[in-house]
Amino acid sequence: MTATPFTLASASLFIIFSALALVPLLFRNQRVLITAVFSLTAISSVLSLIAGIWTVRDGITESYIILIGLPDLPFHMRLDPLSGFFLTVIGALGFIVSIYSIGYVRGFIGQRSVTSLVFFYSLFIAGMFMVVLADDAFFFLISWEVMAASSYFLVMFEDERTENRRAAFLYLVVAHVGAIAILLAFGLMAGFTTGVEGFNGYTFDAMRKMDIPTEWAAVAFFLAFFGFAAKAGVIPLHVWLPEAHPVAPSNVSALMSGVMLKTAIYGIIRVAFDLIRVFPWWWGAVVLVFGLITAIMGILFAILQQDLKRLLAYSSVENIGIILIGTGMAMVFASFNMTALSALALIAALYHTLNHAMFKGLLFMGAGAVLHATHERSMEGMGGLIHRMPWTAALFLIGCISISALPPFNGFVSEWLMLQAFLLSPALPNPLLKLLIPLGAAILALTAALAATCFVKAFGITFLGHWRGNHDTHIHEVDGFMKAGMVLAAAMCLFLGVLPTFVIDWMDILPERLIGGRIAASAGEFGWMWLTPISYTRASYSGPVVLLGITAIVALVYIILHARGTTIHRGPLWDCGFEKITPRMQYTGTAFSMPIRRIFGFLFSIRERIEVDAEHGQKAFPKRIYYSLKIRDRIWNWLYQPVADASFWVARQVGRLQQGRIQMYLIYPFITIIVLLVLLR
Amino acid sequence: MSEIFPYILEGLQIVILLFAAPVFAGWVKTLKCWFQGRTTAGVLQPYRDMMKLFHKDIVLAENASWIFRFTPYVVFGSAVLAGGIIPILSVDLPLSATADIIALISLFTIARFFTALAGMDIGTAFGGMGASREKTIASMAEPAMLMAIFTVSLVCKSTSLSQMVQVIAHGPLILRPSLAFALLSFVLIALAETGRIPVDNPATHLELTMIHEGMILEYSGRHLALIEWAGMMKLFLFATLGIAAFFPWGIAAANDSTGLFIAALSLLIKLLIAGTGLVLIETGLAKMRLFRVPEFLGSAFLFATLGMLSYFMLE
Repeated sequence: MTATPFTLASASLFIIFSALALVPLLFRNQRVLITAVFSLTAISSVLSLIAGIWTVRDGITESYIILIGLPDLPFHMRLDPLSGFFLTVIGALGFIVSIYSIGYVRGFIGQRSVTSLVFFYSLFIAGMFMVVLADDAFFFLISWEVMAASSYFLVMFEDERTENRRAAFLYLVVAHVGAIAILLAFGLMAGFTTGVEGFNGYTFDAMRKMDIPTEWAAVAFFLAFFGFAAKAGVIPLHVWLPEAHPVAPSNVSALMSGVMLKTAIYGIIRVAFDLIRVFPWWWGAVVLVFGLITAIMGILFAILQQDLKRLLAYSSVENIGIILIGTGMAMVFASFNMTALSALALIAALYHTLNHAMFKGLLFMGAGAVLHATHERSMEGMGGLIHRMPWTAALFLIGCISISALPPFNGFVSEWLMLQAFLLSPALPNPLLKLLIPLGAAILALTAALAATCFVKAFGITFLGHWRGNHDTHIHEVDGFMKAGMVLAAAMCLFLGVLPTFVIDWMDILPERLIGGRIAASAGEFGWMWLTPISYTRASYSGPVVLLGITAIVALVYIILHARGTTIHRGPLWDCGFEKITPRMQYTGTAFSMPIRRIFGFLFSIRERIEVDAEHGQKAFPKRIYYSLKIRDRIWNWLYQPVADASFWVARQVGRLQQGRIQMYLIYPFITIIVLLVLLR
Repeated sequence: MSEIFPYILEGLQIVILLFAAPVFAGWVKTLKCWFQGRTTAGVLQPYRDMMKLFHKDIVLAENASWIFRFTPYVVFGSAVLAGGIIPILSVDLPLSATADIIALISLFTIARFFTALAGMDIGTAFGGMGASREKTIASMAEPAMLMAIFTVSLVCKSTSLSQMVQVIAHGPLILRPSLAFALLSFVLIALAETGRIPVDNPATHLELTMIHEGMILEYSGRHLALIEWAGMMKLFLFATLGIAAFFPWGIAAANDSTGLFIAALSLLIKLLIAGTGLVLIETGLAKMRLFRVPEFLGSAFLFATLGMLSYFMLE
C-alpha cells in the first residue's frame, strides 16, 4: 500500500485517539501526562499538516467509506483540496499550540488537575480534523458535536467561577441552536437528492448531484449559513464569543479563535460552492453585508475592551467578518460567471483564514503568556511588561503588526487582495451591488485602520509604559516551550507576508475546483518577488522588497549615525515641573479609547457616571471622584433579552404544573389517557 | 545605458526627496511668516535645525525600551521607501512595482503605528494622549485617504501609481465628477495626515492641544532629527502624491531624459503653488477642537465615498 495524504490523515487521527487512550493511564503523573499527550497531538497535527499541504499541492481527491457508526450508515470520509486546505490550517496551528501547551499547562500543576484539559484538548483537535474530513451529513454533525462538546468542557475548565459557567452555558446554547439549523439544512438537501437509496441521500456526494429548486436551495443555504454563522460569531450571533474565549485557558482560546471559527467558514464554502454550486447573486450580497457589519462592529467592540483576551475575542469577530466579505464577494462574482475575480476574492478570503489562524494564535498565546506571568487579565493593571518579558513583547508586537494589516507581514497581503477584488470589480449589472461595492470598500478600509488603533492600544497599554500595579518583581519571562510556540507562529506570519506568491500558487487549485477560475498564473507573472493579481499593470506588491528596503535603510542610517560616537544619557521624564509623577498617571486603556467611544458611541449603549465626593459647599475641592463606565451590547438588549425573558416566562408557566402534590401528579396521566382515548379511539 | 537609466532616476528621486523636503517645509514656513507679517528665518532654517540636532547628544527617558529607540529609524526608513515609489519626476521607477497605492498608504501607517507606540513607551500622560488622538484621527483619515485614491485608481483601472500617472497624464482631459470629489477629500485628509491646521498645529507645544508633538515630546538629538526630517518628507510626499494623482501633467515618460528638465520645472511650480495653498488654508483657518475633527474627517470620508459612488453610478 502506497502512502497517500489520506493514510497520513488517518494516521494522524489514530495517533490522537491513542493519545486520548493514554490519558486514563497517565493521569496520576500530571507532568508526564502533559508532555506525552501534547507531544502526541503535536505529531498528529504535523501529519495532518503534511497531508493537507500534499493534497492541495497535487490536487488529490480521495474518498473512503469507514464501516463504523450506525448499521447501514457507514462514515464517509473525503480528502479533497478544500478539506486539505483547512486540514493544513488546523494542523499548523494545532502543532504550534500543542508545543506551547506543554509549557502553558504546566502552570496549572499544583493548582488543579489538568486531566480534563488535556483530554478534551486532544478530543477538540480530533473533532476539528474529522469535521473537515467528513463526507456525509451524519459524520459531519457527529464531528461537529464532538468539537462543540469538547470545547464546552474546555471553556468550563476553571468552573469554580460563575462567569465561566455562564459563558460555557451560553456557548452551548448558541452552538446547539446553530447545530439544529445545520441539521435542518442537510435534511432539506438530502430530501432533494435523486437516484439514491436508503440513507445514502445524506452523503455529500449525493447532495452534489441533487436537483433542488432555487427557492428551496435558498432556504437550505441560509439555514446552513445561520448555523455556521452562530459558530463563527457573526454579528448578531456573536454574543457567546467574547464571553467564552476569554475564560477558556489561553491555549484553548488560541485554537478556538484561530481554527474552530474557521470550520464554520469551511462549512459555508462547502455548502455554497461544492454542494449547491449554482446560486443567485443576492446570496453573496447577504453574506457580504453580514461580513461588513461583523467586521466594523467587531473591531469597534474590540477597541472598547479593557480585558486583553476579550479584546482579542472581539477582534476575532472582526476577522471572521473580513473573511465573510471575501467569501460573499466570491459568491457575487461567481453568480455572474466572473471566474477570475471570484477566484481572487476567494483566495483573499482563504488567505485571510490562514493568516488569522497564525496571528490570532500568536496573540492569544502571547496573552496567555502575560496571564501566566502576571495573573492579571485587565490591561488597566498592566504596563511596562516589555522590560520583564522581552521575548513575549517582541513576539506579541509581531502579532499586532500582522493583524493591523501592515506590510511586510501577512495580514496586509490578504486585506490587500480583498481591496483589489473590490477595486477590480467592473460595473456589475445591478444597481444595488453598485452601491454595495464602494460602501464595502469604505468599511473594509475603515476596519483595517481601526484595527491598527485597537492593537496600538493592546500592545501599548499592556507592554509599554510603567507597571500599573503595586510591584512587578514576581513577573518573569515564560519558558522555552511557550517561547517556541510563539516564535513558530511569528515566523509563519512573516513567511506568509513576505512570500505570498508561493502560497497563492499552492492554493490556487481551490478556486479552480470550486469556481473554475484561477489567478496564480497572473499572480506570479512577474516573478516570485512580486504579487500581481490579474495583471502587472493593474496592481503589484512586493513583500521581499518592502522588507529589504526598510531594513536596508534602517541599517544604513543607523550605521551612518553611529559612526560618530555620541553618548546617550538616561534622564527622568519631563514632568512639567510637577515632580510627583506616578505610574497611575499614565494614560489608561479606557482613556485611550475615549475618542473612539465618543465618535462611535451611538452604536452602543454606554452609561458613564461620575460622582464627586466633596464636603458640603466645597465642590471645588473634591476628596474623591468615582468614575464608572458600562458599555453594553445593544444587540443583547434587543435580540437576546426578549428571547431569554420569553423562555423564562414559558418555563414559569409550565412550572405551574409542578404543584408538589402527588394527587395532582396522578391526575395528569389520567387526563392524558382519557384525552388519548377520545382522540384516537 | 537605457537599462541603468531608471536606477539612476530612482536614486535621483530619493536624493531630491531627502534634500528638497526640508526646503519645501522651509518655504511653507517662510511664506506663512510673510502672510502673518513676521520676519522669517529663511527657507534653509530646517537644515540648520537638523544640523544642530544631529550634533547634540541624546537624553533618553529612564523607562524607554528598544521600541522608543527603534522608532525614529523605522519612521525615517518608511518615508524614504515611500519616496522611491511615488513618481516625482518620472514614471519609470524600478521601485514602483514594490508597492501600489494601498501599500504606500500602509507604509505611512507603519510609521504612525510605531510613533504611537513610542509615545506610549515612556509612560507619560502626554505620550498616551498624543498616541490616542493620533490613532483616532488616523483611523478616520486613512480609510478616507484610501477611498479618495481608489476613485482615481478606478478611473485609471490600476492601483499602481506609475500606471495611474500615465493614464491621467496622457489620457484625454475629461472633467469627471468622481475625481472632483476625490480631490476635495484628498486635500482635507492631507491636512489631517500631515498634522496641519485645522486638525493639528505643527508649531504648538501647548500641552492640551498637541497631537503629533505629544508623542515625540521625549525625543532628542539625532532621534528627534530623524523624526523631524521624516515629518518634512511626509509633507513633501503628500504634496507630490496629490500632484501625481490629480495633476501629473509634465511628468517625464519612460526613457525620456530630455523630459526630465521640464518635469523638474513643472514639479517646482506645482510645489510652489501647493505650498501657497497650504499657507492660505493654515492662515485662514483656526485650529479645531479635537471633537470637531471627526466631523471634518467624516465629511472627507463622505466626499471620498461619494466620489467612488458617482464613479460606479455615472461612469
